[in-house]
Amino acid sequence: MSSRRENLVVEPERYEFAAAPMHQFELARRDFFKLLGAGIAVFAIAKDALAAQETAPSSKSFHNEDLPKDISAWLHVGEDGTVTGFTGKAEIGQNIRTALAQTVADELRVPFESVRMVTADTALTPFDAGTFGSRTTPTITPQLRSVANAARELLVAAAAKEWNIAPEGLVAADAKVTDPASGRSLRYAELARGKTLAQNLPAEDPITPATQWTIAGKPIPKVDARTFVTGRHQYTPDLRPEGLLYGKILRPPSFGATLVSYDDSAAKAMPGVVVVRDGEFVGATAPSAHEAQSALDAIRAQWKEVPQISDKEIFSYLKKNAAPNTGDRFRKQKGSVEEALVSATHRVDATYTVAYIAHAPLEPRAAVAQWADGKLTVWTGTQRPFANRDELADIFHLPESSVRVIVPDTGSAYGGKHTSDAAIEAARLARAAGHPVKVVWTREEEFTWAYFRPAGVIEVRSGIASDGTLTAWDFHNYHSGMSAIETPYVVANLRTEYHQVPLVLRSGSYRGLAATANHFARETHMDVLAHTAQMDPLEFRTKNLSDPRMRAVLEAATKSFGWPRKKTQEGQGFGLACGYEKGSYVATCAEVAVDKTSGAVRVVLLTEAFECGAIVNPDGLRNQVVGAMIQGLGGALFEAIEFENGRIKNPHFATYRVPRFRDVPEIEATLLDRKDIPSAGAGETPIMAVAPAIGNAIFDATKIRLNSLPLAPNGVRSS
Amino acid sequence: MGKPIELEVNGKRYPVHYPPDTPLLYVLRDELGLTGSKYGCGEGQCGACTVLIGGAPRRSCQIPVSAAAAKPVTTIEGLEKDGRLHPVQQAFLDAGAFQCAFCTSGMIMSSVGLLQSNPNPIQADIVQFLQGNICRCGTHPRVIEAIHHAAKTMQEHGR
Repeated sequence: MSSRRENLVVEPERYEFAAAPMHQFELARRDFFKLLGAGIAVFAIAKDALAAQETAPSSKSFHNEDLPKDISAWLHVGEDGTVTGFTGKAEIGQNIRTALAQTVADELRVPFESVRMVTADTALTPFDAGTFGSRTTPTITPQLRSVANAARELLVAAAAKEWNIAPEGLVAADAKVTDPASGRSLRYAELARGKTLAQNLPAEDPITPATQWTIAGKPIPKVDARTFVTGRHQYTPDLRPEGLLYGKILRPPSFGATLVSYDDSAAKAMPGVVVVRDGEFVGATAPSAHEAQSALDAIRAQWKEVPQISDKEIFSYLKKNAAPNTGDRFRKQKGSVEEALVSATHRVDATYTVAYIAHAPLEPRAAVAQWADGKLTVWTGTQRPFANRDELADIFHLPESSVRVIVPDTGSAYGGKHTSDAAIEAARLARAAGHPVKVVWTREEEFTWAYFRPAGVIEVRSGIASDGTLTAWDFHNYHSGMSAIETPYVVANLRTEYHQVPLVLRSGSYRGLAATANHFARETHMDVLAHTAQMDPLEFRTKNLSDPRMRAVLEAATKSFGWPRKKTQEGQGFGLACGYEKGSYVATCAEVAVDKTSGAVRVVLLTEAFECGAIVNPDGLRNQVVGAMIQGLGGALFEAIEFENGRIKNPHFATYRVPRFRDVPEIEATLLDRKDIPSAGAGETPIMAVAPAIGNAIFDATKIRLNSLPLAPNGVRSS
Repeated sequence: MGKPIELEVNGKRYPVHYPPDTPLLYVLRDELGLTGSKYGCGEGQCGACTVLIGGAPRRSCQIPVSAAAAKPVTTIEGLEKDGRLHPVQQAFLDAGAFQCAFCTSGMIMSSVGLLQSNPNPIQADIVQFLQGNICRCGTHPRVIEAIHHAAKTMQEHGR
């Protein structure tokens, strides 16, 4: 297990992975394999795990034993022909349930409707580090393809054995194996009947090339879509097991406050109420949410608060408190930046800042916990069910086998649901109450006690030659992170460096991580350089780029935008930006209209081209890309967490502005399908270039250069 | 305790035992088990809890159950008739107008309310009417597309 974790390369801005749980309990000390029924099962083992087991044959069979520890995906063909794929990944709105089922159906040659995916259940699915980093498509899709391919070969072998002929020449299609010579066929369901065939294999590259896909690559509608439009789908907050109690947590008035006096006698006297105090954790349960809240309101507690950094001083604090030595992990250099800066024809230096922002998923953090015979089951909307399980096992002093975490398809996350806070709270309360307990965070709790995308300061020094060639690039990110910190532009002398700073607010992953901050700084700066060189921003970028995939997205996005465009009205401006991260490429163009009197900024049009290799589901992908553009618009223009002395000042949708219908511009998304390139993930990269494209368009409209995100929470003011 | 409040939801009458000042949303979800209406903020800011009260779209997290007792309440669970989706539900399904879909119930209820008062809305009407419904996944363009389709279907079929 520890080796699994070491293998996981974690970007430094995933601060939440290293964070201690919010609650520590004093606890007294105090156990899987679900048989699937007969059929054919195939397991994919991670390559490095197989290499580590020297004795393991590459294709060993086993029967009803514990699952090997390093299985990454598995699949079962049942006696009724139902195909079940298993993955530890979670469905959080990114549509993997559909895309993965398409892959299985495609490779196994069965109808899409016969495949179901079991996801994110620690008792039923293989270990998975978490649903983040745009990793599902590039890692799980090929593994499921491999197991589906092996299952198909098993079925063909079973048919050959049945007919007592050689398997060569038999055809698997439409959920049956056919012998073209005789015309006879056997359905998969018939072949699986009464068998308990199991096989494992190393996870390998996709078998069927994208050019031959028949089900993958198609715009298949979301699985279970009807349950969402009828309200029947049950998210975690909708679960109501027998005997359910509602739990509420007493929150401190500010971060880091400690309890100095406490009286829960009035609360405890209320009928049906259970109050739990364990360390700094105080919570109550009752048969209804309003009774639980009344109990909480009746608790008298005094807290000792500690002075803390506020938003007004955050950027100078981050700069002053950076670690002096960053180390090679965080630094990359080539040539001599200092010399090149001196000899450059034009020199441009600038500082950029990004504010803390919140994920604000519409489904708040929630969990339902149930104890039975010393074992704990928790339903919770998390991106990391196995990490949640391990943390629950740790904190309640249980073996991992005694904790099961199940993730109902979740009301979004955007990187914000990695921690197990609500799960721990519900489990602690449920243990005390002797009943299942549901905890659903309020919106204010969600805005306050979750974690944020970290703020950051980025300093850039740069130089260009007289012909517009980029000659020097010195890029320093303080605190926000190093995702996409490398420039995609060709430059002979460069240094990029990430500077760690101790946390101020609880911080962690967010869609794209620091890629948005680093793209904002870099692509804004490239715009400044283009103007300095008196070149068109597109021409300046293409001049300094060599990567053909980047050029292709730039060409597609600008073509759809009509770049370069002539201004037709006052306050109009056009901007563009591009970038690369996690195996995919993006370019975004923005048109803005800035009101001369009020300074109000309206984004009129966004065009974006996105390329992530072979497209698995163009409809789902378009939804993700357009969604990322709209979400990115919020962080670009107005989203910012305001905080002072350990308190969040805008913990409501009324005061923390998110994009609404009125903010949504006309949008054109161009999806480039590269069937010759393995599919990469698409959840994150489409967000990265939105902010700099809008900022550059505002400059084009006003000649005001905005170096801070959000760009214009109160409009653009000329000084 | 007095006589329990009676609530008419989706054509069925229910006695309510929660206190009369309890927001309708919690009665629907926790007492009646109608969990299609969602808690997104509890502050009337996100629209995920939207239901129809007497045919008009209302934020059920802001309405005391006592105030909802006088008029029939329709929730997302009440739109489907005899296994047939409401045209707005069908349009959302056809347009794939959701990602995580946590906002979908509220979006659909608001849209049904809009089309009742304005059977043929232009885009600006839709934007104005749905300003109080938040979608964090950014599916807004498809929601607008779905409403246009639903409007067309409803006019063609005279509903």
